[in-house]
Amino acid sequence: MTLAQSSIEGSNPILNIAIFSIFVIITLGVVIYVSRRKAASSASDFYTAGGGFSGAQNGIAISGDYLSAASFLGIAGAIALYGYDGFLYSIGFLVAWLVALLLVAELMRNTGKFTMGDVLAFRMRQRPVRAAAATSTLAVSFFYLLAQMAGAGGLVALLLDIRSTVGQSIVIAVVGAVMIAYVLIGGMRGTTWVQIIKAVLLIAGAGIMTVWVLGLYGFNLSALMNDAVARAGQAGTKLLAPGAQYGASGLTRLDFVSLGLALVLGTAGLPHILMRFYTVPTAKEARRSVVWAIWLIGLFYLFTLVLGYGAGALVGPEAIRAAPGAANSAAPLLAYELGGTVLLGIIAAVAFATILAVVAGLTITASASFAHDIYINVIKHGKVQDESATEVKVARRTAVVIGIVAILGGILANGQNIAFLVALAFAVAASANLPTILYSLFWKRFNTQGALWSIYGGLAITLVLIIFSPVVSGKPVNATTGKSASMLQGVDFHWFPLDNPGLVSIPLSFLLGYLGTVLSKERSDLKRAAEMEVRSLTGAGTEKAVVH
Amino acid sequence: MSTETPPPEGRTTAEPDWETVQASPEFQALRSRLRRFVFPVAIGFLLWYLLYVLLASYAPSFMAIPVLGAINLGLILGLLQFVSTFAITTWYVRWADKKFDPHATAIREEIEGGQL
Repeated sequence: MTLAQSSIEGSNPILNIAIFSIFVIITLGVVIYVSRRKAASSASDFYTAGGGFSGAQNGIAISGDYLSAASFLGIAGAIALYGYDGFLYSIGFLVAWLVALLLVAELMRNTGKFTMGDVLAFRMRQRPVRAAAATSTLAVSFFYLLAQMAGAGGLVALLLDIRSTVGQSIVIAVVGAVMIAYVLIGGMRGTTWVQIIKAVLLIAGAGIMTVWVLGLYGFNLSALMNDAVARAGQAGTKLLAPGAQYGASGLTRLDFVSLGLALVLGTAGLPHILMRFYTVPTAKEARRSVVWAIWLIGLFYLFTLVLGYGAGALVGPEAIRAAPGAANSAAPLLAYELGGTVLLGIIAAVAFATILAVVAGLTITASASFAHDIYINVIKHGKVQDESATEVKVARRTAVVIGIVAILGGILANGQNIAFLVALAFAVAASANLPTILYSLFWKRFNTQGALWSIYGGLAITLVLIIFSPVVSGKPVNATTGKSASMLQGVDFHWFPLDNPGLVSIPLSFLLGYLGTVLSKERSDLKRAAEMEVRSLTGAGTEKAVVH
Repeated sequence: MSTETPPPEGRTTAEPDWETVQASPEFQALRSRLRRFVFPVAIGFLLWYLLYVLLASYAPSFMAIPVLGAINLGLILGLLQFVSTFAITTWYVRWADKKFDPHATAIREEIEGGQL
């Protein structure tokens, strides 16, 4: 998200802040209410709300967790400016859910308890695999969190008309503090309700705008798209077919294939999504959650298609490009065009709520992974008196630390070109996590060394390829702005040609997991493997694991 | 809100013998039943998605062929990805409810009843 220099025309900062404050007050009230009914004192309650949500509730919460500000503002803006190429993202983000539905969700629900590490370490040597799973969880969560928090800075400038760095930093700190409060007071139960409320607001808001836009064109999508093309002038014809953003050269085409691969394989490896499967009591409810999530997320992306072309037609690409925040301002500008200051205020508040709900979900995942995998199992060797209470205490403290790190990181990264962090999070999830999860669930021979090679190998390869890619250094300098599109200016140490490492890192990680397994003399633990397979398919023994 | 089912009555306190369960013909049948469904379907939708991504990257002029007004092949193929995702979801849920869950539950009840 780019740093905006001034707010959108027609935006009323006081109204925006007021609507956002109402959202915060109502959600905090809900968080306090649901946590009073049942205090989040045990580990199972704090991490997974005791597995007490229904499939429908969890499915709505999953869509609230998944649909970040990037997918709302970013995709609508990309469609408005680049047309068809923006649409390509949403397809990858949606199809990815089939991987989760068919291969991952139910089996993970049946074998794990709180974290991704539970499943990966199930039949392996506990300490090294848990440490690896936690490292990868923390890495993915950190990249994702930083992207969201820095995005909040841009959004502040865009919607609340706070231009000074100090002012934006204060708002980022407030966002972080509210998020910490949600997690500390409500644990997973409170966080889930925040995500449910946000998902309903976001999808309803986008739905109303979609019907409104389509109504203006007599519910004729073709007429709307023709208008967007006409409004875009010379560049207009490019809007309807792929290529406006990615078609420039053979390399950018390959880059898109690489991105597409990371998107479709990354979702089922995102730790904060995996953890949501533990908040329901059974595999069947986990299946229902994913079905709800797929319908809601699919519907939402169809809305963004209309909103993107609607912004192109009604606001026009020139006005969007000229606005602070450029592409990210397409949806807010369209809201203003349709419903004036009030609708703009509502959409602005929804965008903020989106960031809050996503960062809360990330924080609880990262703190659970640290407390459960690293503190209890790696540091304390799983031998702690009063394990549940200790774990919650550690997780709460970790949540505060992560919250502070996120605030500081968000302030430092404010205005930086960090949009690639979300792509990086997906690439790490697809490279380090997904191969390890699939091997654990479906390959009997898979062992500790294989798991370590695929997690650490996938993580390292992805990071190295990103650091030495054009997103960090070496993109050509834009003649008009005098700036390079890379994160670092004035240096060029890139040797990897693609922005997105997935095309290389994902197959390599699968290969590493295989090689690590077959090159190791270690025999896999057949007894535990049998237990894992029987439990994953039948759900036997899950209650026992929850009650502990 | 809690729909957690209590542990079934009369379950033996001893760990079930997982390897025996795993080796049983019922479980082997359940396992291949699942794999015979999810693996081909997963490979199918991934190839279908890959085809779409490759067409979008390497055949933009094919995607630009108009079909109805401003609606071209690219948009239709893109929307078909949505349709196929929704269809596979529905198909899988029906299959799992009818063809998988009853068998999985039967084995699970045997395990928890201590019969295996």
